[in-house]
Amino acid sequence: MSSRAASIARSALPPAVFGVGFIALWELVVKGFDLKPYFLAPPSKIWQKFTENFDLIWGATKVSGTNALVGLLVGTAFGIVMSLVLSRYRVLSDLVTPLAIALNAIPIFVLVAVLNNMFAITSEVPRRIMVTLVVYFIVLVNVARGLTQVSSTHVELMRSYAASEVAILRKVRVPNAVPYLFTALKIAAPASVITAFVSEYFGGSQNGLGSRIASNIANSKNAVAWAYVLGACLLGLTFYVISSLLEGAATPGGGSKRAKKSR
Amino acid sequence: MTATVTTPQRTSALQRRLRRVVLFVVSLLLVAVVWEVYKAIGPADGGKIFGWKLLPRSNDNAMPHVWEMLSRYADPELRGSSRAIWRVVLAGAWFSFRLALVGFFIGTVLGLLLAILMARFKVAERGILPYLVVSQTVPLIALAPLVVSWGGKLEIFGWEWPRWLSASVLGGFLAFFPVAVGGLRGLTSPPAASVELMNSYAASWTQTLFKLRFPSAVPFIVPALKLAASSAVIGVVVAEISTGLKGGIGRLIIEYAREATSDPAKVFTAVFGAALLGLAMSGFVTLADIYMMRNRPKEATT
Amino acid sequence: MSAVEIRNVGKIFNVGSSNQVDALVDVDLSIASGEFVSLIGPSGCGKSTLLRLVANLLEPTSGDIAVNGKSPKQARLDQDYGMAFQQSGLFDWRSVAKNIELPLELKGWDKAKRRKRAIEMLELVKLADFAEHFPWQLSGGMQQRVAIARALAVHPQLLLMDEPFGALDEMTREHMQGELLSICRRTGSTVIFVTHSIPEAVYLSNRVVVMSPRPGRITKIVDVNIEGERTDATRDNAAFFAGITAVREALRGVEMTAHVRGIEDR
Repeated sequence: MSSRAASIARSALPPAVFGVGFIALWELVVKGFDLKPYFLAPPSKIWQKFTENFDLIWGATKVSGTNALVGLLVGTAFGIVMSLVLSRYRVLSDLVTPLAIALNAIPIFVLVAVLNNMFAITSEVPRRIMVTLVVYFIVLVNVARGLTQVSSTHVELMRSYAASEVAILRKVRVPNAVPYLFTALKIAAPASVITAFVSEYFGGSQNGLGSRIASNIANSKNAVAWAYVLGACLLGLTFYVISSLLEGAATPGGGSKRAKKSR
Repeated sequence: MTATVTTPQRTSALQRRLRRVVLFVVSLLLVAVVWEVYKAIGPADGGKIFGWKLLPRSNDNAMPHVWEMLSRYADPELRGSSRAIWRVVLAGAWFSFRLALVGFFIGTVLGLLLAILMARFKVAERGILPYLVVSQTVPLIALAPLVVSWGGKLEIFGWEWPRWLSASVLGGFLAFFPVAVGGLRGLTSPPAASVELMNSYAASWTQTLFKLRFPSAVPFIVPALKLAASSAVIGVVVAEISTGLKGGIGRLIIEYAREATSDPAKVFTAVFGAALLGLAMSGFVTLADIYMMRNRPKEATT
Repeated sequence: MSAVEIRNVGKIFNVGSSNQVDALVDVDLSIASGEFVSLIGPSGCGKSTLLRLVANLLEPTSGDIAVNGKSPKQARLDQDYGMAFQQSGLFDWRSVAKNIELPLELKGWDKAKRRKRAIEMLELVKLADFAEHFPWQLSGGMQQRVAIARALAVHPQLLLMDEPFGALDEMTREHMQGELLSICRRTGSTVIFVTHSIPEAVYLSNRVVVMSPRPGRITKIVDVNIEGERTDATRDNAAFFAGITAVREALRGVEMTAHVRGIEDR
């Protein structure tokens, strides 16, 4: 076996084995202990409901996914712009950073309750604003770190060339910040999906995955609810995988994985 | 040969923290100003910008004045009730705080155990880590009833599963992930030279774990704990909402949100209460952070 | 009985694969108790590998090694040697004294006994005042002294050192060499010392083992004939310069043969 195929097998085999084993165990436990459906639905039934309701699930996924994507893009854009501004004007940074740190600690998704009141009842805008906010702070914190935690040797070198602050920004700080941006995206992508779901619990339009799951649970239709959950997990996984691939493409040589692990 | 010795500078760290608090208050005031400015100039019934319906309504029902929000705290919760709302909100925040604390500990212990397992066996890391990532995308709202009904069946030596514990467990479910990931990174961070050193002492894996890997992992675990704390809060609040658990801040937010059309300032009181909850958890973890990093060299930024 | 006996030792990395490396081939060396021996040679000559074989951090592919008459594994389990590396490898979260206590903790010594030995070691390296300081508060030279104190904490008969002074400036280096020798005189330890520096090897050792790469092997063993105790004055001694010349020529011989074979020597 070529070493490349061997290394792919080594990476893919354990999770595949683990996943299959877990699902098999789940099915066996439900069937073996004859558990009632309201207690725990077996994977086979969930899959059945998933295929039956696929169109509905896909529709709900599109709604939640769009909210997450819009928030992700807008939040990332704002986050990048703001971090550039803050790196240039340190005074502003001192003002905004404590707020950012505090907001990181708070469950800000509760603001959706407030936002829902400020917009029409069928609007998806409150959810998108929520995702934007969450993504914005993640991107801001990480990219700002990337722009400021630069090797002092590099900055000194640029100063010795009488380079302007803007030049230092372009040639030293921004390249340094790129891996940090992709780390932020890897965190922000699943976060955007989760925030999109959670934002749906507070009323407002009921077309997304979060509200569908909630209503099915409320009606004790567990297997159907978990079929929607499967859709939700797939959506989250897709976002995460895409952001990982983007990270791999944009940072040749490994980026965040550069440090060798010791076991 | 002269010795060069450095001592950590404590006074300027305190000054820096104080400055940060002051600036935080200033930024809050700025937010309030922006809110009021929008109220003054924004369209009362919402509007469009570049053709998109993006502007929120600025009438008093949708956006109460800042001073209305603050004064609402002094008024009673319900018409005819004697309890002022700030008492109710504070009690709710305290209830949720204790739940979040328990969830935080559950998540931290679970996360550390997983980190140790994955650090020891690369197979475990490869097999489990992808699923740990996926687990975080499972909406809590689906897990909550599961946990509640399982807990309801659980009885050990006559001890029954209390309902609030389900909310803590769900908080722990969100909290364990950053601790597991950060812990894994930290436990595998010691340089090969240090591991060689321990080998030269014929130290067992467990001895190396406690004397080298854990202390090396502390700088990685500390930021993970901050994330875990806020995740535990999120988990608990969402769990309260989905299981209908009474007594916590999550329930209050939903209730007050329903009354938003008649009493717009009310929901803000609960939202600020939730913010206070988050800050309290964060403060708790910061204390732990200061203690754990007390003997370490300070980081520098350019 | 010699302290370290290396017989016919070979070490091959990545056996059978396309990037197989003959790190060491046919190494024979016998080191007497109390002797100070340096290993010197260009990169890739296997000197660090040889040291690690003696330390039982690597296993030889062929041949045997005996440390104090035992196998290297047993010697490691019995903590018969102390090791020092180029990076001091001190733990940032432990005070200087607790860093020295580390090997003693692993051996199960009780608190009082450990503390006593740690203070004793600190006095030996003249850092007794810094017991409660942390490594990042000390200079590079001081950190290395602590690392040496830690290596000596178990009172080993054998000291294995892999370029411990490599990261220090010249003046600190010369000072540390003097300190090391005075410590070794007092403890009577056998030392195997890996270095890149010819003057350092000659100043410290009774014998200098010159090695060459591809494959790693011993080319020549140079006897250093300096009379009496080594002091700062020794650095101006004729015998010292003679030793340096001898080692340099032996190393040049390595270069010459490498060139004759048409191999780039790097």
